[in-house]
Amino acid sequence: MTQTLVNKTPQPVPVEREQRYERLAALAQRHGALAVLALVVVVSSAVFPSFPTAENANGVAIQSSFLAIVALGMTFVIITGGIDLSVGSVFALGGVLAAYASQWGPLPALLLPLAVCGAIGLLQGVLIAYTGMAPFIVTLAGLLGARGLLLAITEEGANTYLVPKDSAFLELGQGTLFGVGYPVYLAVLLFALGGVLLQRTRYGQAVFAVGGSPDAAALMGLPVARIRVLTYLLSGLLAGFAGVLNASRLSSGVTILGVGLELDAIAAVVIGGTLLIGGAGTVSGTLCGVLLLGVIQNVINQIGSLNSSYQSVVSGGFLIVVVVVQTGLSRRRHLR
Amino acid sequence: MSQPVLDVRGVSKRFPGVLALDDVSLTVAPGEVHALVGENGAGKSTLIKILTGVYRPDAGDVFYRGEPVAFGRPLDAQAAGISTIYQEVNLVPLMSVARNLFLGREPRTRFGLIDVARMNREAGEQLARYGIEVDVRLPLRSLGLGAQQMVALARAVAVDARVVIMDEPTSSLEPREVDTLFRVVRELSGRGIAIVYVSHRLDELYQLCDRVTVLRDGRRVHTGALAQLDRLSLISLMLGRDAAEVRRDGLTGFSAHDAGDVEPILRVRNLSRAHQLHGISFEVRPGEVTGLGGLLGSGRSETAKAVVGALGADGEVTMAGRRLTRRSPAAAIRAGMAMLPEDRKAEGIVPGLSVRENIVLAAMPTLSRFGVVSRAKQDRIVDTFMKRLRIKAASPEQKVSELSGGNQQKVLLARWLCLNPRLLLLDEPTRGIDVGAKAEVQALIDELAADGLAVVLISSDLEELVEGADRIVVLRAGAVVGELAGDDVTEDNIMTALAQEPAHD
Repeated sequence: MTQTLVNKTPQPVPVEREQRYERLAALAQRHGALAVLALVVVVSSAVFPSFPTAENANGVAIQSSFLAIVALGMTFVIITGGIDLSVGSVFALGGVLAAYASQWGPLPALLLPLAVCGAIGLLQGVLIAYTGMAPFIVTLAGLLGARGLLLAITEEGANTYLVPKDSAFLELGQGTLFGVGYPVYLAVLLFALGGVLLQRTRYGQAVFAVGGSPDAAALMGLPVARIRVLTYLLSGLLAGFAGVLNASRLSSGVTILGVGLELDAIAAVVIGGTLLIGGAGTVSGTLCGVLLLGVIQNVINQIGSLNSSYQSVVSGGFLIVVVVVQTGLSRRRHLR
Repeated sequence: MSQPVLDVRGVSKRFPGVLALDDVSLTVAPGEVHALVGENGAGKSTLIKILTGVYRPDAGDVFYRGEPVAFGRPLDAQAAGISTIYQEVNLVPLMSVARNLFLGREPRTRFGLIDVARMNREAGEQLARYGIEVDVRLPLRSLGLGAQQMVALARAVAVDARVVIMDEPTSSLEPREVDTLFRVVRELSGRGIAIVYVSHRLDELYQLCDRVTVLRDGRRVHTGALAQLDRLSLISLMLGRDAAEVRRDGLTGFSAHDAGDVEPILRVRNLSRAHQLHGISFEVRPGEVTGLGGLLGSGRSETAKAVVGALGADGEVTMAGRRLTRRSPAAAIRAGMAMLPEDRKAEGIVPGLSVRENIVLAAMPTLSRFGVVSRAKQDRIVDTFMKRLRIKAASPEQKVSELSGGNQQKVLLARWLCLNPRLLLLDEPTRGIDVGAKAEVQALIDELAADGLAVVLISSDLEELVEGADRIVVLRAGAVVGELAGDDVTEDNIMTALAQEPAHD
């Protein structure tokens, strides 16, 4: 009978190198979008004299603020490992409901859309969290449903509700402070709150845990289903609020708005370094992603000779680069 | 013994068709390290799931600190003070070490926000107590598995646990990490925390545990002080066989082959894989059944998978005199190897396809010409094998999912045999099939070997192994601890080999 010793040589673990790599990867993930944004701004400022003006910057900021608010909710959803395709339709529905309710005053114009859009988000969240249906399918149904509801309210788009000219509601989207529109301040404020919510509250930590490893989160005693419901509720509320702001800015509820907005929001979130599979991401990255999309559009408009549709081509290219880099980073991890 | 902290009385649990636990009792005292052992299907995991609130018992009671309890979900058990450390680390790899440690119970400032500075400081202190010095702000995945396991343990204990259940906590740890874990376990037991320790590694049990409960087929077969039970007795309790019974003639359909000094067709040299396989070497001769024996977790299946390239490993595999350089399942098939995996539902059978389709699946490339598969050729092959293997199906077009387990196994066997392999690796070929079909599959294996095929047989059924194999390579903890041939192939000898004190410590 032969006897073999159990081989007891421990593998040397290059802890130092691994951890340094982790730090670099985290840095690239968190601040990659910011670095690219800074680069694009610097180059554009040098090339186009009309780019680095206060007026132009203000324009980019106000145009980006609506997408930014929608993308904020999307960031939370994607970090939980989900997706919310309904936000474009919900955004449009929120706008129409705000314009419709503005005849009764500014408060109903704010509360009615938030209630309806919140309810849509809540319903989607409940379906996803408690029936185990795929977020993609549930929110696709939400996209179609909200758009249908919108068309029903406006008689297939035949009615466009206008905000009364003297309504205080118009102040929300059109008012300015130090020459900068209110929507910009609101977006910045919401992002600050969102950052605190994500990084410094138990709910935020649970969002990361649910996306990073739902089984582990459940075993650690986190209320996984409730976290999911809250997250889709948040996304619905934010999309609705962005719609309200937009209606106030345009003085009317435009039915055809928001088609494909969900895709811009997803693109901004992913460009901002949030993992599409969930578990990691930042709201500051999303803000950079939104601004990057806004600046690209602005620059292409500056070039003049280029059709503005090229904006999508460039944004798409960025998206591919970001995803390739992300995949590369995580593949190296798996190989170690 | 002081008042038990955990007292399980006569618990039964039935699943459709199986009595998973049958009147099982278990008592654990504060500060005791209690080993819970048993082979696959003995009911260990069902018992653990009842203790942690995943399942509810059909009969019997669980008393915790003197009170009857019925946990509805894992969270309730945890809140009451019964924590579980799973085999796979159940934490969130992307989140920082500190956040994992405090998830769901983070320290907060008076504004209700998480006090990150305090959390990181306390996390560092807690881990330092267990001898883990890391930057707690780094993501958990940047730590080694051992350190991750320690974070899980620190988390489990930090929630004021009175009982910690550890389900094979060392299965993916380095020896050095195991030492650290043991130190922590002893410290916990010194603080009066009761530990239920599940492991297949006997060495660990004897190093760590005070008492042992052995489960077999859902029943408790023994409880007592571990020190009074020698290794051989423990193994025979787990496997349910004793030396006298073993010497009796077997009941299986196997007979002996004499391969004599035929040149080996498969030579495996020094197969190694971190944590799992440690320098495994053996040879397989044509016309002979070579058994791979060992307890669960000894590396039997891993060895077979490594040989066919389904699992990455270092070492040399030589097939029919040619060394396989780039190992992959495709290369193994080309070299003439065929493997029947352990879990035929997950890894082999395609339930929605017919018997014919399942049989010719792997042979498609050789049966087709310019991508077109000749139906006549297919039918001929399928017919031959259905007859030869005595596959009982209404027709070749019957869906495989409608066949019995034994016949499904034969379909899989047929699939590999139509490739004309020279080496067949069978991982638990008779698991989950009824007694009659079992003997038939065994007889078939016998016939194939007699026809000159080299067969590697993996089985946790000792009787099957002893009856079926002409030679047995005994594995323990991923290393070869013995090789038996001829008259030495007895259950007694296998158990002796398994029970040997490890030579290194």
